[in-house]
Amino acid sequence: MIKNVAELTAIRDTYANKIHFRKHDAGAEVSDGNIKKHVLICGGTGCTSSKSVQIKAKMEEAIKEAGIQDEVQVVLTGCFGLCALGPIVIVYPEGTFYSRIEIKDAETIVKEHLVGGNPVKSLLYSETVKGDEILSLNETAFYKKQKRVALRNCGVVDPECINEYIGTNGYMALAKVVTEMTPDEVINTILESGIRGRGGGGFPTGRKWMFAAAQPKGQKYVVCNGDEGDPGAFMDRSILEGDPHALIEAMTIAGYAIGANQGYVYVRAEYPIAVNRLQAAIDAARREGLLGKNIFGTDFEFDMQIRLGAGAFVCGEETALLTSIEGNRGEPRPRPPFPAVKGLFGKPTIINNVETYANIPQIILKGADWFKSMGTEKSKGTKVFALGGKITNTGLVEIPMGTTLREVVEEIGGGIPNGKKFKAAQTGGPSGGCIPASKYDVEIDYDNLIAQGSMMGSGGLIVMDEDTCMVDLAKFFLEFTVDESCGKCAPCRIGTVRLLEILTKITEGNGEMEDLDKLEELANYIKSASLCGLGQTAPNPVLSTLANFRDEYIAHIVDKKCPAGVCKNLFTYKIDLDKCMGCGLCAKQCPADAISRTDYVAEGHKLASMQIDASKCVKCGACLPSCKKFNAIYKG
Amino acid sequence: MKKKMTTVAFNGTAEQLAKLDELIAKHKGEKGALMPILQGAQGIYGYLPIEVQKHIALSMDVPLSEVYGVATFYSQFILNPKGEYAVAVCLGTACYVKGAGLLMDKLESLLGIKNGEISDDRKFSLDATRCIGACGLAPVLTVNEEVYGRLTPDMIKGILDKYNK
Ligand SMILES: Cc1cc2nc3c(=O)[nH]c(=O)nc-3n(C[C@H](O)[C@H](O)[C@H](O)COP(=O)(O)O)c2cc1C
Ligand code: SF4
Ligand code: SF4
Ligand code: FES
Ligand code: FES
Repeated sequence: MIKNVAELTAIRDTYANKIHFRKHDAGAEVSDGNIKKHVLICGGTGCTSSKSVQIKAKMEEAIKEAGIQDEVQVVLTGCFGLCALGPIVIVYPEGTFYSRIEIKDAETIVKEHLVGGNPVKSLLYSETVKGDEILSLNETAFYKKQKRVALRNCGVVDPECINEYIGTNGYMALAKVVTEMTPDEVINTILESGIRGRGGGGFPTGRKWMFAAAQPKGQKYVVCNGDEGDPGAFMDRSILEGDPHALIEAMTIAGYAIGANQGYVYVRAEYPIAVNRLQAAIDAARREGLLGKNIFGTDFEFDMQIRLGAGAFVCGEETALLTSIEGNRGEPRPRPPFPAVKGLFGKPTIINNVETYANIPQIILKGADWFKSMGTEKSKGTKVFALGGKITNTGLVEIPMGTTLREVVEEIGGGIPNGKKFKAAQTGGPSGGCIPASKYDVEIDYDNLIAQGSMMGSGGLIVMDEDTCMVDLAKFFLEFTVDESCGKCAPCRIGTVRLLEILTKITEGNGEMEDLDKLEELANYIKSASLCGLGQTAPNPVLSTLANFRDEYIAHIVDKKCPAGVCKNLFTYKIDLDKCMGCGLCAKQCPADAISRTDYVAEGHKLASMQIDASKCVKCGACLPSCKKFNAIYKG
Repeated sequence: MKKKMTTVAFNGTAEQLAKLDELIAKHKGEKGALMPILQGAQGIYGYLPIEVQKHIALSMDVPLSEVYGVATFYSQFILNPKGEYAVAVCLGTACYVKGAGLLMDKLESLLGIKNGEISDDRKFSLDATRCIGACGLAPVLTVNEEVYGRLTPDMIKGILDKYNK
């Protein structure tokens, strides 16, 4: 039980050491009692999927066997960010970065590195090995340009240990708020920092809090939106998994600021790791008296609960989310009244995104000026993105606002694999749009992305190369919104289905030029007439691909060709007779018996070339990889 | 995700029905009781067959359309039974861009069932999911709890073979 600030400070001082131990820049003189090494293993969803939990168990077993269990601390953390290289293991104080570890490697690392003192070079992330020198992760291209605020503890602390969080100055902001600041001062700091909502809309957080605080005293609520509806993103989930106490602290601060004593976190039931860690963190905070009555010996009280979402994109929309917490089919309600006035159970409510909250304690501790010093004129601070798609370093990155798309993709993201060219990046998920190569140098912030016909969204950033068909991509997102439209209003319910029909027609090769005008007209109509943000933004992927890749639509319609070779009706597999060596490997792969031998022998070749019977080919693509060596099979 | 009603015959037991009635009795009259009842019913049957939805509607005295409305609204509720091995392909954006659609095609052709269906012997079911948070391994699929990542269509057969023994 932590009764006052002095007790909190004492814990902080004890554990700060541990945390410093894991910061490479802290230098080698930091010691942690008898403990000589910290082994951090990623317990994020990505690495857990590739068995990091079993690796940890094996590691601990080997450590015991070696008899060094008193000198080594093994910690399961949240996501390190570089998920593409998972499972990841980092050893401190050196900061050596092991990538793609398998269970069998655990013993080797223990023997050679922990006992023998020699990092296992063959298992290290290759970027960190420069001749004889081994770099720490902070020196890699992936981490160097990042600025970690919301993610500062992910991959650093044990999310299930409240003391480690306190060691990073955790709950110090809450302590400061309840003992030294008035609610107005808190709100002013947040306002002054300029932070805008990270869930997509970009509404100034301080303003939202101010409205709710201005409502008459009485029951009010603090809600966290952890629904993370974007089907290709996992930022919020990673924060919940890697640093759940930051959210608890921030929501409690918000409660103090607006005069609420109850919080709700809406998380997807599909995020079991996140739910369990958050629940464990809430329990720990309660045990320590950081939630509940008389927080830090004041008469301020606050408590919170998790509500599980049952999986519906529209429930990420704030009013639908509130309806869903109330136990109904999660349909949006018209605004106004805004939740700040009439929200959960009809009471004044603030609702913010997970990442928004994760910034709050830092703003309180380091001040509005510090926060304002990062970012662009109208977008302050940093933004977390889930990098995915055709990019080398798939994972989570946090960058100062104003970083260019090119820097994110080429430098931090390590560029496009297989020597392919960048074609476009999609931000904002199904509500957003694409940014084409011609706008590669756009500085990422709320307003610039909107000016490009896209939006910040919650942070999904999907990179596409020349093999992505933009018409197919628009269709992919439309299929998603058709499924997810709640059906309450006609423009969205019916309009999106019509849009999808037209797109399908085009991708099947039955499109006509006038379809393009129809798409545009209908899209704009849906945008203006839908009730909630889902319908209002659903046509964005269509409009933005039309604006930037109209020629690709035209190729589908006029030439009946899919330039990227994705839309199955619009290309065939062919064999270049002169490249084909006649090895016949492809024919073995073909499930449809579509490949046969010709009697043509190319110059200098021994065997007759193969050919594909287009009428038999089912376009499964199985033959393609079998000819990697000669590259004779192509789509045309 | 789009939901289709199952074609698999319903074979609930009297024991399951008793449990369901107990569950309904416990929640009847509560505000917003439908969600917990459906969640509980799915726990009992593994999915929500239309027969069960009808029973819930009748017992709670609400229109079937309302029950069906909630059951189809949330993706947590499934209207099709799962196979002994539930195969789910991630069709989140990151996976889709990296060719998850081709994995789905391959699975459909190898298993002889479509997305959302179950094989006649109930051994395999096939579904699409959205981002499971393992985009670093994209494209991914899961078989029950096991996650397979960095896949290409030619790896599918080997995976299924593991379960076909
Ligand atoms: C269809 C739709 C889906 C949304 N999904 C999410 C989501 O998954 N997570 C989120 O934080 N906000 C989402 N939002 C935005 C919320 O309505 C709301 O603006 C946000 O939670 C406010 O928090 P913030 O100001 O901290 O961003 C969504 C909005 C719409 C219209
Ligand atoms: S716009 Fe779509 S999702 Fe939003 S209320 Fe209308 S039908 Fe429902
Ligand atoms: S794409 Fe598939 S069906 Fe067509 S030729 Fe190649 S292997 Fe045969
Ligand atoms: S999940 Fe391990 S690095 Fe992201
Ligand atoms: S999109 Fe498939 S795991 Fe994220």
